[in-house]
Amino acid sequence: METKEFAVNVEHLRKSFDGKEEVLKGIDLHIEKGKITFIIGFSGTGKSVLLKHLLGVHKATSGDVEVLGHKLSTLNHDQLIEVRKKFGVLFQAAALFDDHSVLENVMFPLNEHRKDLSKAEREQIASSRLKQVGLEEKHYNKLPSEISGGMQKRVGLARAIALNPEIILYDEPTTGLDPIITEMVDNLIIETHKSREGMTSIIVSHDLTAAFRLADYIAMLNAGTVLLYGTPEEFLASDNELVRKFVDKGIHRK
Amino acid sequence: MENIMNKTKEIINDFILSIGHFFYNTIIIETGKIGVFFIDSISWWFKKPYRWNEVIYHMEFVGNKSMIIIMLTGGFTGLVFTFQAWVGLSIVNAENLIGPTVGLGITRELGPVLTGLIIAARAGGAMAARLGTMRVTEQIDALEVMGVDAKNYLVAPRILASIISTPLLTAVFDFVALCGGYFLNTYILHLDPAIFLEKTRFFVDPSDINEGLIKAAVFGLFFSTICTYRGYYTKGGAKGVGDATNQGVVASMVSIIIIDYFLTKIIGMFKGHGL
Repeated sequence: METKEFAVNVEHLRKSFDGKEEVLKGIDLHIEKGKITFIIGFSGTGKSVLLKHLLGVHKATSGDVEVLGHKLSTLNHDQLIEVRKKFGVLFQAAALFDDHSVLENVMFPLNEHRKDLSKAEREQIASSRLKQVGLEEKHYNKLPSEISGGMQKRVGLARAIALNPEIILYDEPTTGLDPIITEMVDNLIIETHKSREGMTSIIVSHDLTAAFRLADYIAMLNAGTVLLYGTPEEFLASDNELVRKFVDKGIHRK
Repeated sequence: MENIMNKTKEIINDFILSIGHFFYNTIIIETGKIGVFFIDSISWWFKKPYRWNEVIYHMEFVGNKSMIIIMLTGGFTGLVFTFQAWVGLSIVNAENLIGPTVGLGITRELGPVLTGLIIAARAGGAMAARLGTMRVTEQIDALEVMGVDAKNYLVAPRILASIISTPLLTAVFDFVALCGGYFLNTYILHLDPAIFLEKTRFFVDPSDINEGLIKAAVFGLFFSTICTYRGYYTKGGAKGVGDATNQGVVASMVSIIIIDYFLTKIIGMFKGHGL
């Protein structure tokens, strides 16, 4: 029998800010290594807060988050930084450094963590990542403000995969993009995932069409808990009222 | 009548309570948070990775790019201060003391304080706005998740650069202001330049210049810490960035004026002349 290996284990995760109402009310989630997992849900259900717990940006009020075998709550600052090197993150608005050129943005994580490489080697890796996401060389020396939103996403993705991460997280990667760019980003996600053996992709999204097209697993959050976790087929077959409502609305809108 | 008394009591109680809240939240809590932020940030001066390139980059921003404005302000401050000193001293026929009056006033007080205020507005405001924008556009989060400590990369070099650059700018301010004073004394008021120079040399001690430079370094530390703190913890969008910049600059300027008094007293105690 095949044994599943998990990249992320979330156990009874609870979070409240300043002792006020809980945003996460006991999340249990096990994300399988090497698979694409979508985290979906209505707005305000705690998706982004959960993502920030996986990154160790937020500390849990109670419960545990284990990433690649490291229990984040037990790590000191330096150990947390070591774990984060294994992550790549594509932010919703790409979060590119606006005073760095496109190439410098992609070189940034390499400059920080691959000092063993020469500058030329780092530049070469950055260029190859940019080529991989389909960005033409004529844009390399432009500032992020001089390229389109779709291109910024590509650069953000190139930067996220610069260090060859084991886990890549996407925070609302297609929100606010037109259908053509959305499809392009979806294709990039799948190509990036396939290009690296064993890479785990975690995508926080509202885009159900993409979820059903790309996901191996889908976790739906509702009111700070996991309402349903399963394959796309299990989602479509679910008779849970909220799941049905979300799926019907999401698919019909497309 | 009793109602009016009760209402008055209530208003006085609320007023006292609001003062208490202000002191507790703004002075004690906020000062504590800024203190922790400062210690946390400067601990990176002694830990790898060292950010010398960033320090030099920010010194160029705080220092070089402020040079023109500092020279301009210094020159005119020297001119106006010398003129006012002449107005006052000529009443008692003590024009020969214009040089030392201007020299001591500039090197010990006006130089560091005006430089601090100008740099807090120019560079401090820019620091708060920059970090605030980085916060609301998730660039700081991006740094953190890339395994780069944001305080190490963004805050510690800015504070160090400000501590180094502000005294250097103050020295420029002092020099230009004294040149302005000399010019007014010699070419506008037609007073003896030799007396101006000799009396200044006699009364202005190197320790007076040092006092101003020490003050400037402390002002650099304060405005950069306050402004980076405000920027680092910006919340909201463009409004948040605007608020952070405004609060950072105002708090820095007020702090500089208040700290100046205490620094003057402390340095005076060391020099043996008190206040």
